[in-house]
Amino acid sequence: MSVIYLLISVSICVAIGFFIAFIIAVKSGQYDDDYTPSVRMLFDDETKITPQNNNSPTEEKQV
Amino acid sequence: MSEQGCFHCGITIPKNEEINFDEKKFCCNGCKTVYEIFSLHDLTCYYDFEKSPGATPQDIAGKYDFLDNDAILTKVLEFQEGNTSIVSLNIPHIHCSSCIWILENLNRIQSGISISQVNFPEKRVRITFKSDQVSLKEIVYLLSSIGYEPYISLENYETGKSNVDRSLTYKLGVAFFCFGNIMLLSFPEYFEIKEFWLDNYKPFFRFLIFILALPSFLYSASGYYVSAYHSIKTRMLNIDIPIALGIIVMFIRSTYDMLMDHGPGFFDSLASLVFFMLLGKMFQIKTYSFLSFERDFKSYFPIAVTRINSDTSEESVPIYDVLKGNRLLIRNQELIPVDGILISEKAEIDYSFVTGEAVPITKKSGDKVFAGGKQIGKVIEMEVLHSVSQSYLTQLWSNEIFQKKVNQKHKTITDKISRYFTPILLLIAFAGFGYWIFIDANIAFNVFTAVLIVACPCALALTAPFTFGNILRIMGKQKMYLKNAIVIEQLAKVDTIVFDKTGTITTNKKSNISYEGKEIDEENLILIKNVLRGSNHPLSRMLYDFLPETIRIKVDDFEEITGKGILASVENQTIKIGSASFLEQSELQSSEIEKTALYIKINDVYLGRFNFKNQYRDGLRTLFSTLSKNYQIKVLSGDNDGERATLETLLPKNTELIFNQKPDQKLEFIKKLQEQGQNVMMVGDGLNDAGALAQSNVGVSISENVNVFSPACDAILDASEFSRLDYFLNLSHNAIKIIKMSFILSLLYNVVGLAFAVTGNLLPLVAAIIMPLSTITIVSFVTFMSNYFSKSNLK
Repeated sequence: MSVIYLLISVSICVAIGFFIAFIIAVKSGQYDDDYTPSVRMLFDDETKITPQNNNSPTEEKQV
Repeated sequence: MSEQGCFHCGITIPKNEEINFDEKKFCCNGCKTVYEIFSLHDLTCYYDFEKSPGATPQDIAGKYDFLDNDAILTKVLEFQEGNTSIVSLNIPHIHCSSCIWILENLNRIQSGISISQVNFPEKRVRITFKSDQVSLKEIVYLLSSIGYEPYISLENYETGKSNVDRSLTYKLGVAFFCFGNIMLLSFPEYFEIKEFWLDNYKPFFRFLIFILALPSFLYSASGYYVSAYHSIKTRMLNIDIPIALGIIVMFIRSTYDMLMDHGPGFFDSLASLVFFMLLGKMFQIKTYSFLSFERDFKSYFPIAVTRINSDTSEESVPIYDVLKGNRLLIRNQELIPVDGILISEKAEIDYSFVTGEAVPITKKSGDKVFAGGKQIGKVIEMEVLHSVSQSYLTQLWSNEIFQKKVNQKHKTITDKISRYFTPILLLIAFAGFGYWIFIDANIAFNVFTAVLIVACPCALALTAPFTFGNILRIMGKQKMYLKNAIVIEQLAKVDTIVFDKTGTITTNKKSNISYEGKEIDEENLILIKNVLRGSNHPLSRMLYDFLPETIRIKVDDFEEITGKGILASVENQTIKIGSASFLEQSELQSSEIEKTALYIKINDVYLGRFNFKNQYRDGLRTLFSTLSKNYQIKVLSGDNDGERATLETLLPKNTELIFNQKPDQKLEFIKKLQEQGQNVMMVGDGLNDAGALAQSNVGVSISENVNVFSPACDAILDASEFSRLDYFLNLSHNAIKIIKMSFILSLLYNVVGLAFAVTGNLLPLVAAIIMPLSTITIVSFVTFMSNYFSKSNLK
């Protein structure tokens, strides 16, 4: 029966873990700019396409 | 293909000026160069995200030489240690995803840059660079060369690291954490299951709830205790007193209940109350981070100027080091930072930031030039008369209105209600206590606390934040940007509106050009147009754009006499365009010469003149006639009364027109109106209105480009929406109406709750239902109503 003490404590601890994660996220300024990251994440694919010319010589060297 | 714009910046390319490069069309060499830089570094992706995202790079030679000065450099840099430096630059051109992409890939063009990160809402880029490989000046030049010229002003000189206040976010996070977990743990209590198994764990659950309520009670709600304490100290009853009282009583009663094993207490209601109220606070704060409402002259003025030393060497010095008697060098498009005397032969000074006047003023050698003007054209030299803080314009800021920080000079509508609310609440609580004390002392205490708990004006306190928050967003979408929610209440109270003339009710984008004189035939028109094409004088440019398109002919002889006009010959005809004195036209009346005009003479025959007049904004007449029904309207102008006749025909009869007002006189004028008990809204634009804007109850600044220039004010209105000023005023009235309606609604909830409380029947479950229910209905009511009003007013 005393398992409920354990379960509740564990669940509270998990909640506190998320709470700490939230505090850290706020502190690091992640919520200061909520627009730019949403645009930035769409760029990654594009940047990979362009450097093809740059990458090809290095690949040849490796071969 | 000619209807297609420039591949880089998107402007329509004039015929014959098109540059073809790499199968793409460009409007000028500048745009082509940017494209070349990008294609050289494999960055042409820039053009994939957005069509024609670029800006034409401006010529900035010498403009940023001050970045070589170490003293200035350390002030501008955000961080510097060893070889690593960080700088945060404001770039007004940032406007689309292409901008973000190119600015975050700067390291591909300049390897000295390690990281560059864009903050889009603030239009800032934060660049980390290795100072041994690249200097800040080189970075600024690089940015300018690709069309992203940063904006470095005196403001950068003083701001170090800006500290963002995130305490509300933390408080909200804590409150939500406590609220969520307490709700989960109190679930068994709600159903009152008389089960042995659950009853066994009751003390454990209650203990956890108590622990979880502590952070919410002690930390998240702390703002309310502080505010309540201050309001008691200043003897002004505000809404935070009953809130703080309710929370504290709730906590003590609940702790007592829990310890005495009377019941689970009201911890759940407490946590939800704190959470919802903080949420309301958060919602009310809508910041436009790309705008600044606190700007003074510092954000307009450059950080450094070029000083000419006695040995004729040039040196960049911080503006504060400029002393009387120094000689300064002002380049094209540079701002004159101090009052002085012109040494160079001639200057064209654009005072549009100060007065809103579109047409530049010509100054001759020996004339006084005032701080705030922008030199257009050639490099000029001047001698300093006053240091920065003592100049004509900047002295305005020494007025006391800019010194005191007025936090809350107005009583809000919520505070007004709470003046009655708090005493009545205490009266009911004591009456209930007095009644029950003769029957049962125990119940009497319960009733007393229950009244304070249930009457805690949570819904009341939420009404205003949610209404104002929503209205703030609605207005923001329509390009009226308010500083904060209090401005809406102030807008609703306005009874007098004072307009500035130049730049506010007139537009400084285009001038109204009218012609007076003999008719110009086709042949002469071609001559005039072609002669004007060669001139760089601002008036010539304006007239050139105004005249219809003609065929091009070759100008044989062209001479521009500075300060006077143009002398040219085309096909053996001599053409003179310029000022009246240049044309030696004696028959012109001296009073008429004062007007800004270009006179035309062909083959020694006087043809006529083009007058440059300010163009009044569209919809001005309708706006003024609508406004004059409900408001007193006054127009203040820094100019002479030359426009009086035009204005009188344009504006309603009872409009008061006052001319020749200096910046500090404008401020005094507003002050006098306020002393007569009027609530004044000032609508202005330039720096010369800054005093009046600060003094008025609501200062609205009209801005052609909201990102760049606007003096300190309470609201910034995009110039294109000027004619809808009455709509925004109406909306603010409706906001107050909505708040009054929902006050009644929330008071009804209080009556129901009080009925439970005074009869001694307030169970924790009842409180836990009433509080969130009232909150949710109030919030949805005000949101629905404000959206409804914003739409219905549109029609």
